[in-house]
Formats: sequence, structure tokens, C-alpha cells
Amino acid sequence: MCSYIVEKAALIGSAKGRKGWMRIDTANVYFDHPYHSTLDHVLAIDFTNEGEGGRDRVAVELSAESARALVDRILVALNSGQVAHGTPAI
Amino acid sequence: MSYYQGLEAETVAFRGQNGDPGEAYYARPTRAGRFPGVVVIHHLPGWDEWIMEVVRKFAHHGFAAISHHLYFREGSDAPDDIGARVRAAGGVADAQVVGDTAGAMAYLRGQPNANGKIGVIGFCSGGRHAYLAACTLSGVDAVVDCWGGNVIVDNPKDLNAKRPVAPIDLTEKLNSPLLGIFGNDDANPTADQVNRTEAVLKRLGKRYEFHRYDGAGHAFFNTMRDAYRPEQALDGWKKVFEFLDRHLAASTAAAAAE
Repeated sequence: MCSYIVEKAALIGSAKGRKGWMRIDTANVYFDHPYHSTLDHVLAIDFTNEGEGGRDRVAVELSAESARALVDRILVALNSGQVAHGTPAI
Repeated sequence: MSYYQGLEAETVAFRGQNGDPGEAYYARPTRAGRFPGVVVIHHLPGWDEWIMEVVRKFAHHGFAAISHHLYFREGSDAPDDIGARVRAAGGVADAQVVGDTAGAMAYLRGQPNANGKIGVIGFCSGGRHAYLAACTLSGVDAVVDCWGGNVIVDNPKDLNAKRPVAPIDLTEKLNSPLLGIFGNDDANPTADQVNRTEAVLKRLGKRYEFHRYDGAGHAFFNTMRDAYRPEQALDGWKKVFEFLDRHLAASTAAAAAE
């Protein structure tokens, strides 16, 4: 059953969609039935700019396992990258 | 030609709640005759390719079928993008879905090929919507709930302005026969929730038949998902068509008048 549960994350960044690059201010994150994937459930993220109406998005649908692995790799990349660039970790 | 098969399918305009102009996918057999109508309600992720296959499947089996886009008010972008926006906004209101479903029923009734009977079927959240529609609208001759979750709402916090009432609490108003199709491995609805729904139907003396499938979970009819279970799905579709054929056949008087 579709859940309607959506976590919203405020972002500062950019994403490349079908119209090229765009500023994004929000990630809508949910674990539910996909639109495209064949999996029963996916961790989906829609990157949007809600400040500009949120009509365009960059979307991903990931398996639960790969989403958790991605979270781990993001943190590793952040930590090592910030050390390499001399940027203090937040 | 003893076994002629033909159908026509296209996007059509219909009027939803408050007369709002919307779009729907409509398919009908091309042979001459009058056909029962079926409204097909899509699931939360959106108006997708599989639901359109389902509409054509009904036409192949002798029904005029329509699936109205529940999110048409969001514009003309791709259905998946529109679905994502609707999800982020918390979904659409039950009252609007029911009103739009009434509009889809009116579209079917207004076609020259209509035999006057209308069924409603929904999948996943659409199964819940089908249950709601059958408990709310007049003129539903048969309803099919395919694994609709949240018909029973165990946590009152799950009720809100858009979904203010648990469909199970409207069961007394159900006045059409109900077919329920469920996978025993489904997490929503669980086997226990299906049993509790059946208990309410039984207590209220409603006409219903439930079919539960082992080795199947949620959305096991969906050929585009790993959840697809061909053996169970084939039997489930057989149950659906037997049920709708039984309840949506033209009345003897109407058939004689043709």
C-alpha cells in the first residue's frame, strides 16, 4: 500500500535535469512503491526547487540496500574530501 | 470470423468533481454491441503504463473501461512527475477522488455502447478508493478492491483532512457486491486486517467474496514489478472477470430491447 510518508530535506545545491542545470532547494525522500523500478519498494529521492514551484525534478529510485550503501559512501566522501581540502567538517 | 478481437484505446476528456475538465484513458471493444463499464483507479505513484494495460485488458474482455487521471489538476507534465508532486503535497483528498470517480462513471454511462452497468476496480491506494467510492456513490453495480491498504485504520493519527474517515467505517453504506483480492504476504493490508474487514462485511450482511493468495504479497498482478506472481495473478484475474461478468451483465429487459 502506498504510504504518503515523505521526508523533506532543505538543500543548497544544483541538479541536472531534462532542461539542464537547475538550482535545487528541497529533496523529497520516501520509501514506497516505485513508478519505474521493478522492485516492490524503493528509496526514492526527488530533487526539486520548491521555491520556483517544484515542477521540475531530478528523480532516483534505489533499492533499500543500495540507498544505505550510498548514504555511507556520501559520508565517507564528505569526510575524506573535507580533510583533503582542509575544510572543517560540519 | 468466429473469434474477432479488436479494441480502441485513447486519452479522452472527462469532467471530474465540480465539473473540472480532466483527462482519462478509455478503451472499448470495437465490435458492435453494448458493454458494461469499468472504472479503473490507479495507485498513488501515478497514472502509469501498467494501469493503461489494465484498461486495455478490460476492453479485450468485453468491457468499456476508463482510468481517470486522479492528478489531472496538476497540469500536463509527465504523469510520474505529477505523481511526485502530489505525493510531496500529501496526496489528493478522498472527497475529490470520489467526485472524480463519479465523473468517470458518468463518462461511461454517456457512451452509446453502454449497457447501463458500471463496476469500479482499484489497485493499492486505488483499491481503498474503490471501496470508498462504492460506499459513497450511487450507481456502482459491483466493486473490486485489489489489496487496498488502510481500509482499516489502526492508528487514528493516520486520519487527516484529506483522508478523514477510515473506509471500513462507511461499510454500512456499501450497496454493491464487493470482490476482494489479497496476497497473504502483504504488509498493508495485512492478513489480519483483511480478516477484520471481512468480519465487518459479514456482520453487516454485505454481499462480498474475498480471495486470498499464498506466495503473493502486494501488487502481485503487476507484470512490471518483481511482485508479479503469474499463477496467482491468472487465477485472480479469472475471479475478477467472473465477478464482473456476473454483476454487470445487461438486465434481461435491456438485452431484449436491443
